Amino acid sequence: MNKIKCECGHVNPEGTVLCEACGKPIEGNQHIDGNDGKKLLNMRYDGTARRSQTYNKSIIDKTWSFFSSVKVGVWLIVLALIASAVGSIFPQEMYIPADAVSRDPEIFYEERYGIFGLIFYQLGFHNLYSSWWYMILIALIGVSLVICSLDRFVPLYKALRKQKAKRHDTFLSRQRLFSETEVVSDEEIQKLEKKLKKRGYKVRNEEGHILAEKGRFSRWGPYVNHIGLIIILLAALLRSTPFFYTSEYVWIREGAQEVVPGTKGEYYIENKDFIIENYDENDERFGEAIKQEGGMVPNNYQTNVAVYQAKEAVPGAEPELEKIVEDNIQMNQPIEFGSYTVYQSGYQLNEFTNMTFKIHETDDQNEEALDSFTIDLTSPESEYNLDNGFRVEVGQYYPDYYLDDNGEPASETNFPRNPAFVLLVYPPDSEKPEISFLGIGKNIDATGENQYKVGITDFEMHDVSGLSVRKDYSLPFFVVGAAIFMIGVIQGMYWQHRRIWIRPKKEGIMLAAHTNKNWFGVKKDIENTISGTNIKMVDDQQELEE
Amino acid sequence: MDLFSFSSTMLYTAFVVYLIATIFFGATIRDKRGKAKKGTAGKIGITLTIIGFLAQIAYFITRWMASGHAPVSNLFEFMTFFGMTIVFAFIIIYFIYKLSVLGLFALPVALLIIAYASMFPTDIAPLIPSLQSHWLYIHVTTVSLGQGILSISFVAGLIYLIRQIDQSVKSKRTTWLEVILYSLILFVGFIITTTVFNMMNYSASFEYPSGNNVLTSEYTMPAIAGPTDGTLITEDAMQPWFETPGWMHGVDAGKKFNTLIWSFITGSILYVLLRLILRKRIGAAIQPLLKSTKPDLLDEIAYRAVAIGFPVFTLGGLIFAAIWAEEAWGRFWGWDPKEVWALITWFFYAAFLHLRLSRGWHGEKSAWLAAGGFAIIMFNLIAVNLILAGLHSYA
Ligand code: HEM
Repeated sequence: MNKIKCECGHVNPEGTVLCEACGKPIEGNQHIDGNDGKKLLNMRYDGTARRSQTYNKSIIDKTWSFFSSVKVGVWLIVLALIASAVGSIFPQEMYIPADAVSRDPEIFYEERYGIFGLIFYQLGFHNLYSSWWYMILIALIGVSLVICSLDRFVPLYKALRKQKAKRHDTFLSRQRLFSETEVVSDEEIQKLEKKLKKRGYKVRNEEGHILAEKGRFSRWGPYVNHIGLIIILLAALLRSTPFFYTSEYVWIREGAQEVVPGTKGEYYIENKDFIIENYDENDERFGEAIKQEGGMVPNNYQTNVAVYQAKEAVPGAEPELEKIVEDNIQMNQPIEFGSYTVYQSGYQLNEFTNMTFKIHETDDQNEEALDSFTIDLTSPESEYNLDNGFRVEVGQYYPDYYLDDNGEPASETNFPRNPAFVLLVYPPDSEKPEISFLGIGKNIDATGENQYKVGITDFEMHDVSGLSVRKDYSLPFFVVGAAIFMIGVIQGMYWQHRRIWIRPKKEGIMLAAHTNKNWFGVKKDIENTISGTNIKMVDDQQELEE
Repeated sequence: MDLFSFSSTMLYTAFVVYLIATIFFGATIRDKRGKAKKGTAGKIGITLTIIGFLAQIAYFITRWMASGHAPVSNLFEFMTFFGMTIVFAFIIIYFIYKLSVLGLFALPVALLIIAYASMFPTDIAPLIPSLQSHWLYIHVTTVSLGQGILSISFVAGLIYLIRQIDQSVKSKRTTWLEVILYSLILFVGFIITTTVFNMMNYSASFEYPSGNNVLTSEYTMPAIAGPTDGTLITEDAMQPWFETPGWMHGVDAGKKFNTLIWSFITGSILYVLLRLILRKRIGAAIQPLLKSTKPDLLDEIAYRAVAIGFPVFTLGGLIFAAIWAEEAWGRFWGWDPKEVWALITWFFYAAFLHLRLSRGWHGEKSAWLAAGGFAIIMFNLIAVNLILAGLHSYA
């Protein structure tokens, strides 16, 4: 490597722009930070030698240079920004509204948004945030972050450790804040030093050359926050593995008990009751707003549950269950057991549990029951043999009856929300069935010649609760990443690295200052510390330049 | 007087006091007769601002007491709070930089936002279950504070642009600056239109199909654009000139679109009138007043506000939001439009900060970026709520 020896005696690595020790611009390297022909020095990384700016031969060098460029980083961020915005134009697939004519994305987007919707769908934007190219974009930001940070952190750290209080003439005069005072007494300088210390500056005096420095640690802020971001990106990677993260959903009706999905049969959950409460319409405070909402504003969704843990599952046998939790799940108040968290996520009111029918003679004014039977809608049988000799076959069962586009009866869902049946009634000792169609508010005799009529006499209903079940071991990583990120940004944003240099010159001094941000603040520091002395206030040379 | 009306009175008071404070900040530049006077006007201005701010805090607390939950749960409450955080951020920045002219622009922006907010239903509304969480307050107040601080960056940037852009010839830059000012005037248009039709008690009902249902929409302004496939059911009301295009969806899409059209019409008339009166671009008319402000300081403030606001925004808009979402839905990040736009805002300001690292992005370019950032914030507050529906149930 071609080390560069400065006239101050310090040996700098190849590619250095400003001597690490004295800050003298190193000839031939000024183009690197764009100092050529400029009055002010680019102080961004203290003119240190960065790998990306120094080596540019091999593929590795080129890749490194590419990703360490802030310009590239900004481009990546801007691309991610635009992509994210595009994805929000129409709803993502998972947010296709429930009232859509069809929730099939192939139909939905075109049906609702026309040609643009079709394009949106065909380009895969309906799942944009999990598309491979979006992920690659985010991953590239990650790569860029790492390379960029390494490229700058290491040399900057070294340079700030090696910096001397004694700085070269040109280094001072080419700072943005600079002044030269012809005659300054020692007392004045001592006074200045004292005041600087009082303002929290660390002051180093090397043979009359003074470096007052404050808040150097804030320079590490960006690197700390970038580490936080990397941890978050890694956490996102972990989260995509089933070991770290599982997400399941279970519909469970009142009174029922189900295996908690995703727990391999270890846990069972029982829905004891689902409760939905609305705000009181007559509430003084909210009355007006509730009226505007049409009278019903929910106040609480709640499932009262019991959770059981299976003791050593014996294959084939019913597991022995031990109750471990009995609690209420509400919105914003999930319950936890083992490594799982269960959230209140949905509900379905008033599904039919069972329906009871009676059979009577069609002509009977009193509709006196000849026989009766009950269909359990959670597990309907195909045939019912009744006490008084009737036999009923369930010809068709539509749990959620509606007429489809062709006018044919069909079931919209598999849930017994609007049950309807085609029943084949075999009178005692008859092999010829009579066909009836029954549903809520419907009782149709297919032929009009039935001797017997079936009627609904009773039914029971239940609510169904939708619960999400999550296991997420990646959370702590996100928490740590986010915490580090916050520490980093605060460190970098709420403190600044300020340096003030004083270089004796004949009778007087040169005074220069640099800060990585908040020039106003450092000017105030200087103004305050030189008050009561003859030392001249610094000029803002950038201001003058414009 | 009950708490609720006391609270409303306090908000009204704050509004009026901010207005007066603006006039005093205006006096700081108008007054050419010497420094002493100028200082006094500024001091009165900031004192009034603080008084107004206290009044608004009183509004906030009493409304909280009246409703039982922090008043940040619907569009009116949320936007009002946002106006308040802009004022708060201004007060902080004022005490750092002592720049009076900032007040002359920051307060009107806050006033516009509060007035805008007041056009939406102001009744105290109950909280639906997903919003019943302390994280809601923590999240919303912090985001809002972050956005308030970031808005000051826009204010400083705007002053910078008005001060610096060469107005002697028409250029792309003068045009874009006019676009910014015109957009602000559109808000005034919205406020005027809404107020006028409110006073006239205008109302017209439409029925329109949505999926398998028929919904009604109450228009409070004459319908220029009716709902898609809608029919007017109020007698004697104006027939719509045309229908809202079918691709605009969501509850009351037609009504919102109609309101937008009215705001554009009124705002544009206002803008044209102003141009006729001033006989030059609005930017050019304001420019001479800003001669004595230092562009460097404005640039510094525009940047500093981002530096201060960015961490606050990250904390509220991303981290607290994630914690709340985890608690409510079991997923800390769900890509719903509101979340996506918070991320976009965050990306944008991250890009801004990185661009500031290089030479050549200070000054004017920075100021344009600050305006862009504010546009994104406003988009997230208004358009995302009203157009791209999300889980967040404001609106
Ligand atoms: C969304 C992703 C990113 C975020 C949120 C972020 C955040 C930040 C923040 C807040 C700063 C401090 C800025 C200042 O002090 O004014 C910073 C500095 C920096 N960032 Fe990033 N960054 C991101 C991505 C990147 C990428 C992809 C690169 C690579 C090109 C990069 C390179 C840098 C550099 C070189 C600095 C300056 C370091 C210094 O001042 O010593 N950042 N970043």
